[in-house]
Amino acid sequence: MSDLTIAGRQLRFEQKAFWRNPAGAVFTFAFPLLFLVIFSTLNSGARIEERGNISFVTFFVPGILAFGLISACYTNLAIRMTISRDFGILKRVRGTPVPTWAYLGGQVGSSVVITFMLFVLTVGFGVVAYDVEFPTATAPGLFLTLALGAVCFCALGLAVSGLCPNADAAPAIVNFSIFPLLFVSGIFFPLDNAPDWITTVAGLFPMQRLADGLQYAFDPRTTGMGMNGGDLWGLFAWAVAGSVLALRFFRWTSDQK
Amino acid sequence: MPAIRVRDLRKSYGAIEAVRGVDFDVSEGEVFGFLGPNGAGKTTIVEILEGYRQRSAGEVEVLGHDPAKGERALRERIGTVLQETGVERFLRVGEVLELYCGYYPRPRPVDELLAITGLEAKRNEVVKNLSGGQRRRLDLALGLAGDPELLFLDEPTTGFDPTARREAWDVVRNLRSLGKTIFLTTHYMDEAQALADRVAVIAAGRILAEGPPDELAGRDAATEIRFTPPAGVALPDLGAGVDVTVDERGVVARTKEPTPALHALTGWALERGVILEGLTVTHPTLEDVYIALTAEAATSGE
Ligand SMILES: Nc1ncnc2c1ncn2[C@@H]1O[C@H](COP(=O)(O)OP(=O)(O)OP(=O)(O)O)[C@@H](O)[C@H]1O
Ligand SMILES: [Mg+2]
Repeated sequence: MSDLTIAGRQLRFEQKAFWRNPAGAVFTFAFPLLFLVIFSTLNSGARIEERGNISFVTFFVPGILAFGLISACYTNLAIRMTISRDFGILKRVRGTPVPTWAYLGGQVGSSVVITFMLFVLTVGFGVVAYDVEFPTATAPGLFLTLALGAVCFCALGLAVSGLCPNADAAPAIVNFSIFPLLFVSGIFFPLDNAPDWITTVAGLFPMQRLADGLQYAFDPRTTGMGMNGGDLWGLFAWAVAGSVLALRFFRWTSDQK
Repeated sequence: MPAIRVRDLRKSYGAIEAVRGVDFDVSEGEVFGFLGPNGAGKTTIVEILEGYRQRSAGEVEVLGHDPAKGERALRERIGTVLQETGVERFLRVGEVLELYCGYYPRPRPVDELLAITGLEAKRNEVVKNLSGGQRRRLDLALGLAGDPELLFLDEPTTGFDPTARREAWDVVRNLRSLGKTIFLTTHYMDEAQALADRVAVIAAGRILAEGPPDELAGRDAATEIRFTPPAGVALPDLGAGVDVTVDERGVVARTKEPTPALHALTGWALERGVILEGLTVTHPTLEDVYIALTAEAATSGE
């Protein structure tokens, strides 16, 4: 039995468990989709001058895609892992010979599957309901940004679960850690006219990098493969930092050793 | 080579000394019972052996490995049923077993695991709907998933109904007959007496006594014959080596040879037409010895 098979099976069962728990599934999916529908409806017909007069929805779809990725890879994974640790599931798993990477790989894989579903729903909604043009030419940049973003936010999610003292505290801590950034990262409205220091500070964090990288790929003015070097390197740096933090802080048991 | 070898094991949690110098061996193929009051240090020791906790000092060897290193090769050969653990609540029983079996190189078939733990009917039940005892059976099934050579059971039958307990005992006996080694922590003396080849009694982080349960219970100790004193008759002489006294519960005759003493007693009673009310013959149980031992430890200021 190869370790890859183990990781694959883990992913499959994580997905089963995810869809059987309505609360978790609804939260992960409902928020991004709700935002998408509400904001698109409120701003239907609006155009954004600073961005080459694109429709609001063409601007909004990649932002919500970034938010969905963060919901699935960061919020959901961090809370799920903290609950598993608090319930003693991780402790039981640690007693078996399953390799760490195969177990966590299955968890991360499950988050990636959810991200992909959100991708299909979000972009599909934009294309079908609001004539958003799918960026075929810049698709390499789009997918590379998504992939790096997924690695980055999954690693950060694992690290943050280690920092949550218990399952009750996890939702508050995890949501609080993304909430302020959500508004300064240009996800809900463009920050082209915001004070410089805000965009500078926001640009240090991976959320802005992810949103900007995806918006760049969706921008009709973008030429080439749609890869925004600054955003990709920023995400890469955060992916490395997140992995180091995950190795340092991820815990299998909640009690003292 | 013993399956488990422990020398001068110590473990402190900050200022609390939970384990204070413990030595024991568990041989291959043996069922080793671990008894002791709440907070004695049993779970601490078991989890050190399983590799979950780091010892403060001493030597520990499990199947030739140091469990503190957390090697995969060791985890493939041991099974654990922890005192308290969770399991994926939204998976079905059969799914959880399939998942965990997949972690091991030579798992036991899921059908077999369900059959030996009596969970066949619950195969398609979601874990969160199981009763407490059923979930404990699932814990046992998961401990057996990898077909381990050495199985750690930390209070495995707590919460079982009497029938389920007997069934679990059969599982342990069956594993023993297959040559597996079992480390059994329990608060049930009858369980230790029924299953263990050897037991150790621990209190306040030290081993107080160790040996086969029958020996500990004093195979050579005196048998007690008790009855209510008949009114108006002098007590009989039951021969040399029988110590007859009266305590608050009635007459008690203690002897290492109960057969002639009983013969003399009943003969005397028939002769005089005396009725021996409340006549009982008992041998001290492991429980009596356990209570005496741990009470001693408690009063000696530990
Ligand atoms: N993680 C921990 N941190 C601090 N103290 C601990 C920890 N785990 C155990 N202890 C202490 O160590 C002592 C031994 O605890 P342990 O759990 O090993 O007892 P036990 O014999 O398994 O008891 P029980 O029969 O109740 O399960 C207790 O005094 C307990 O309070
Ligand atoms: Mg215990």
